[in-house]
Amino acid sequence: MIEIRNLEKSFGDLRVLKGMSIEIPKGQATGIVGPNGTGKTTLIKTILGLVKPGSGEIHVNGIKLNGNFEYRKDIGYMPQVARYPENMRVNELLEFIKGLRDQEAVYEEELIDQFSLRSELEKPLRTLSGGNRQKVGATLAMMFNPDILFFDEPTAGLDPQSSHKFKQRVQKEKENGKTVIITSHIMSELEQLVDHVIFILDGKIRYYGSMKALLEESREERLEAAIARMMDTTGEEPVQKEENGSLLMTKKLETA
Amino acid sequence: MKNLTHIIKNEWRTLLRGKWVAGYALIFLVLTDSLLRFGGGGAETLLSLSNVMLLFVPLVSMIYGILYIYQSREFVELLLIQPVNRSVLYWGLFLGISTPLMAAFMLGAALPLGWHGILMLDGASSFLVLALGGVLTLIFASLGFVLGLMFYEDRIKGFGFTIVIWLFLAILYDGLVLMLVFAFGQYPLERFVIAVSMLNPIDLARILVMLEFDISALMGYTGAVFSRFFGSATGSLTAAGMLGIWLAVPMWWGLRVFKRKDF
Repeated sequence: MIEIRNLEKSFGDLRVLKGMSIEIPKGQATGIVGPNGTGKTTLIKTILGLVKPGSGEIHVNGIKLNGNFEYRKDIGYMPQVARYPENMRVNELLEFIKGLRDQEAVYEEELIDQFSLRSELEKPLRTLSGGNRQKVGATLAMMFNPDILFFDEPTAGLDPQSSHKFKQRVQKEKENGKTVIITSHIMSELEQLVDHVIFILDGKIRYYGSMKALLEESREERLEAAIARMMDTTGEEPVQKEENGSLLMTKKLETA
Repeated sequence: MKNLTHIIKNEWRTLLRGKWVAGYALIFLVLTDSLLRFGGGGAETLLSLSNVMLLFVPLVSMIYGILYIYQSREFVELLLIQPVNRSVLYWGLFLGISTPLMAAFMLGAALPLGWHGILMLDGASSFLVLALGGVLTLIFASLGFVLGLMFYEDRIKGFGFTIVIWLFLAILYDGLVLMLVFAFGQYPLERFVIAVSMLNPIDLARILVMLEFDISALMGYTGAVFSRFFGSATGSLTAAGMLGIWLAVPMWWGLRVFKRKDF
């Protein structure tokens, strides 16, 4: 369970989060969408404790965040960019994080096999391909069996087979009652994995509800089109109809 | 405490596996050995070594500190999202990376001093030079950490400040003081000169070396004034005390920035 009340954050003069309030109940799979630079990553980083909130409150599983760290025992996070110390071996990294967290790595072996990492364990992390490093990140996020899982652009560097395996794993975590939060620009992926959507634009939440309701309201069949329509109606940025895709829109906003 | 040693051990293992630190130790080993073979030996060698140390150690340590922050961004962020206290993480990372560098200098310089017998002959002086190099390593590695954390997004600025700070403290400082003394020669400036040399850790280390070897003329203007103003013992104690403050302040500053930072 994550509760956020009136969360605001500025970096210098730049207001990134402009008063966000959300409640994400336990066991819900939620996708966070929105153009780059709109506050998605800042929102996640604030919940993770990487960024300190300017004002407002965050509660994770009933614990109020105030620079404390124990609540992170219940959180697993797979970052978008997986870069690790070059000289460290995969198994050393896993051991190191295990030592830090002091929790039982329930799913370590299972995940290593599922992501075919067994043959990579003795290799230094610098020799791993980008995709394999992502898989190490996914293993680290899930191996301690935390209640809340964050995935930031999880399948961006994965080949189709690994991507498929990853999605299967996330489905399983959902079935086990985990709170899953995913940011992605790949709308089809979100359609497969989440059932609620948070749409953020310009530091504010423009939509938060079930994907089904969003599709019904917008009378669209696909999430991509629904999001595109929503961006259209918010009037923030003109969208060319023929390009009809939120990925394209995102790029437009980024370069604007 | 368990987490602190766990982080330190991990940093040691990965750093020692890289060839960087070993190469740094080797440079000081070859340098000290050559100085002892081709130089006069004894006190003269220690002086030459301390001159190189005063110039070289701060630069390398600061670049090493800032480079660590820039190269390990994602890794540090991975550690920050674990259920670990930020202070513990800071001390673990800082001590984990600075102590091998410190050990590399001390070991690299101490070994030739050992096999040429200088450690036996000039034990106290050798120890002083080695210890000062160690302290300067910690001071400037933590300054590098602070700069890396403050200019987290802007590497060019971070490296720029690193070079400028080194240039200022290691090279320009003594000259600037000398210029001021020339310009205001008619005023009693001793207290002022002592005060300004306290503000530069490299100057402080230089003064300590100078007081140990009793060669004020060779070690720059601030050193000469310092030596004349204080008796040897008081001067050494004051300079060592100030160096202690210099050791504490950047580390504490780094901790403060690290604890408050948005990553």
